[in-house]
Amino acid sequence: MQKYLIRKIKDKIVYAVCLICVIIAIIPLGSILFEVIKNGLPALNSDFFTKGPGPIGESGGGIANSIQGTLILIGLTSLIGIPIGIMSGIYLAEHGNNQFGRIVRLTNNVLMQFPSIVIGIFAYLVIVLPIGSFSPLAGAIALAIIMVPIITRTTEESLKLVPNTLREASMALGIRRWRTTVSIVLVSAKSGVITGIMLSIARVAGETAPLIMTILGSQWFFSGLTEPMDALTLRIWRLSLLPYEYAHTMGWGAALVLIILVLSLNVSARILTRSRYRVKV
Amino acid sequence: MSPDDVFKYILGFISGIVVLTLFLMVLELFRYSLPVLSLKFIFGINWNPVVGSEEYGILPYILGTLVTSAIAIFVGVPISLGIAIYLSEMAPNFIRTILSFVIELLAAVPSVIYGLWGLFIFRFWVRDFIEVPLSKHLAFIPIFQGEPFGLDILTAGLILAIMIIPTVSSVSREVLMAVPDSQREAAYSLGATKWEVIRLGVLSYAKSGIVGAAILGLGRAIGETMAVTMVIGNAIGPAALPTSLFKAGQTMASLIANEFNEADPTSLHPNALIGVGLILFVLALTINLLAQLLIWRILKIKEGAVE
Repeated sequence: MQKYLIRKIKDKIVYAVCLICVIIAIIPLGSILFEVIKNGLPALNSDFFTKGPGPIGESGGGIANSIQGTLILIGLTSLIGIPIGIMSGIYLAEHGNNQFGRIVRLTNNVLMQFPSIVIGIFAYLVIVLPIGSFSPLAGAIALAIIMVPIITRTTEESLKLVPNTLREASMALGIRRWRTTVSIVLVSAKSGVITGIMLSIARVAGETAPLIMTILGSQWFFSGLTEPMDALTLRIWRLSLLPYEYAHTMGWGAALVLIILVLSLNVSARILTRSRYRVKV
Repeated sequence: MSPDDVFKYILGFISGIVVLTLFLMVLELFRYSLPVLSLKFIFGINWNPVVGSEEYGILPYILGTLVTSAIAIFVGVPISLGIAIYLSEMAPNFIRTILSFVIELLAAVPSVIYGLWGLFIFRFWVRDFIEVPLSKHLAFIPIFQGEPFGLDILTAGLILAIMIIPTVSSVSREVLMAVPDSQREAAYSLGATKWEVIRLGVLSYAKSGIVGAAILGLGRAIGETMAVTMVIGNAIGPAALPTSLFKAGQTMASLIANEFNEADPTSLHPNALIGVGLILFVLALTINLLAQLLIWRILKIKEGAVE
């Protein structure tokens, strides 16, 4: 009996320890959200969203050029990354049951967890060095390398959730395989695919490291594909390094804008998948 | 060739682009870092980019990466495992849904925001609640020596621990849920308590998958750049050797982030930084392949090895 009691107590202790682990993980998230809102809100005013930064050391000005840069990067990256990601996802789901498919899948899995700064160096070597200037294009290519594996994975998994009976029914009607894939399978799985796209955009919008050596950062608004550009993440980093109070406030403000962008993309992506085919990323 | 074949080959070609990219990446990194690659590069401790007396040794940064990642693993993996056990074995359904969502949000926070929070908030928590007590009572141990300042190797390691929790806990949870219920039922039928079921029936079965999850976390930790760069203090040369946890340090990734834009293109400085990138590439590739192998094996058992 004594021994049974000890076993029971042990059981309760483990339960408590696990619960404590959960709480430890939630504290940072709570603190980050709280601090970003508390310190970021005072920075928000009309100048903040309409003007570029003033001279360093003088308060005033805004982060409009950084917001613009981030949006341009998202656009360019999506233009390159979404088609490639969806097409490789389709290939893996519908025709990827072979050696080549396995290699592609493994490469995507590896790239998904890859240090983004190394991807940034790569984009620097193949784009920035040859054209001789920092460029939004190089940034977009680096981010596309991060985006493609995410979209490929989610597309593949959501296509695989489409029941085979749909494919068979379509073929029984004499519809070609490729047409079946595009008009039946892809359409049935579209909420999963869109989720993947949204998550990948959220991920690339928060990337900083590969932008250091590709778009460099700038005080000005977008001025061409072969000129340096700014982005929210780079601006947050640079502002945090300045020794001025106003810069830190602006940094928190920029962080607030970024976190709203990233978290709203994430939350809506989760709500979207709740409906039909659930995919885990 | 039928339209179906054309469609298939076009898709196949496009999905091959990523494989090509990875190959091209290693080639380019190797080509540019060739002028500096030597044993002295890997085992040297001096770093001097001044033309004429150039010297590049990256041992302090390799060690910095290893030490911060080790802290992340030692602190982050047990916590993640606790979360995974709670989520897969103990939590009621609605709590499980909410908690998984919260932990996914933790993964979604951009690393530069972790850095900002680390620089202005977390650093003081570490200094006041961990470093000051440790340096007061355990200062005779070499790794706890030095002035507690908050911008140091310990803070960097702890922030990495927080950042790997979502990855490690969600993968371990998937692995735990892949353990067949017959394992649990067998243990229950022997009269085991919940913890004994988890220990005997679940954890021992899922061991290799959990190791895989931890290695995946390691992969994330060694490559993480911004958050580390903002809190590690950015020491250079022999000063960056991680001899104490309460000392400014430098990791490979933070070195690249800090110096890349300042490097003089006519010197070997950019090549040296690209060389650091190459080492990081090789480390990350090895770690990720290993993790994939371990996780893939255990998840495959559950799926009945269908291919």
